[in-house]
Amino acid sequence: MVIMKTLLQTLQDNGDRIVADWTHSLRSATQRKDLLSERDLESQAADLFKAIVKVPAETKISEFGSPAWRPVKDLVATLSVSRANLGFSPTETALFVLSIKPAIFGTIRQEWGSDPDRLFSEITVADSFIDKLSLHSTESYIGGRDRVIARQQEDMLELSTPVVTLWDGIVALPLIGTLDSARTQVVMETLLQAIVDTNSRVAIIDITGVPTVDTLVAQHLLKTITAARLMGAECILSGIRPQIAQTIVHLGIDLQQIATKAKLADAFRLALEQTGRRVTRIDGAQAAQAAKAAKAAL
Amino acid sequence: MTGETTVRKAETIPIAESNDVVRVRQQVRVLALEVGFSLVDQTKVVTAASELGRNTLEHGHGGHAEISIIDNGVKRGIKMSFRDNGPGIADIALAMTDGYTSGKGMGLGLSGSKRLMNEFELTSEVGVGTTVTVARWK
Repeated sequence: MVIMKTLLQTLQDNGDRIVADWTHSLRSATQRKDLLSERDLESQAADLFKAIVKVPAETKISEFGSPAWRPVKDLVATLSVSRANLGFSPTETALFVLSIKPAIFGTIRQEWGSDPDRLFSEITVADSFIDKLSLHSTESYIGGRDRVIARQQEDMLELSTPVVTLWDGIVALPLIGTLDSARTQVVMETLLQAIVDTNSRVAIIDITGVPTVDTLVAQHLLKTITAARLMGAECILSGIRPQIAQTIVHLGIDLQQIATKAKLADAFRLALEQTGRRVTRIDGAQAAQAAKAAKAAL
Repeated sequence: MTGETTVRKAETIPIAESNDVVRVRQQVRVLALEVGFSLVDQTKVVTAASELGRNTLEHGHGGHAEISIIDNGVKRGIKMSFRDNGPGIADIALAMTDGYTSGKGMGLGLSGSKRLMNEFELTSEVGVGTTVTVARWK
């Protein structure tokens, strides 16, 4: 069983020099000064080394999972996750831990340079320890990245479902991209909530940006429209392109109970009519008067 | 298939989760563009792929999609095989009926895909699995 005892003591005794050597090699290695300042980098190195030195001397290196290593691992994990968020590459993140090797090996050589057997065994211990730490760093980095991706996915779900108010009592939902279960659920909820919040009577669902309308998408749309109806709002489906129209017919999807339009503009006109409004062109004199009033209002 | 049909390019995509159906769709669209299908036909082929891919996932509990560009010397086209090792279909005629579904869908996936494509072949054995092979010529 390999024990860190003597090695830890040696490291503790030479702490200042190791940190100095380490920060020196960190500085010369290609680090991302644009992402992390030199001072932060040095203070992180000092913190990490302090945590290593604090590990109880009797701790076994083969037990990397034991509680004694926890503070060191936690610190490495925190640093790696923050690097993932800052945009460091996995290599750069692992290098931060790995770059301590020369400093530690140098210290070991100074201490046991005259005793090859001892020198070899101590270097083996230190090497395996730093490797484990750097693997842990990479793992934490990936975990951090995964969380970044998950957050971005959530952001996208929200981003992609904006409900816009077109007029008093008329909301529109422009759908863009693939409509799969998770997104459709969000879309449906946002629309129904918007109908309540804005007290709308007409909701336009525009599918111009949806590349494929299959039976699942159609079913989701129909469910949303039925739910909206239960709440007293009529839905108009717009943005049905020629290829989508043909595909829907071939699939045998029945959309006859639903008001559909090719363009959002047509759907808006219908929505205005349904709420008792009309868009009309006004003649010359009236137009001038209206323009004047508009200017005055500004 | 009529005439000597040769396979020009083939790809196999595993279907294990709903994102895989999206991948199948994207890949089918790429191949459909390569064959030179019109926008309408592209949409038909992609929609059929979406239906059948989702069937493989939901009813067959996952499987594979094999997409290929085919050539019979005169015309080019796209052929797609969806294979699963699921429970199989006991009554194929019933499954092909518009509006019949064993799940929660609309019951139009199989029959609709048949109408969207030129060729349609379904083989299934209860307890062994189901294979649906479809093709559309340009």
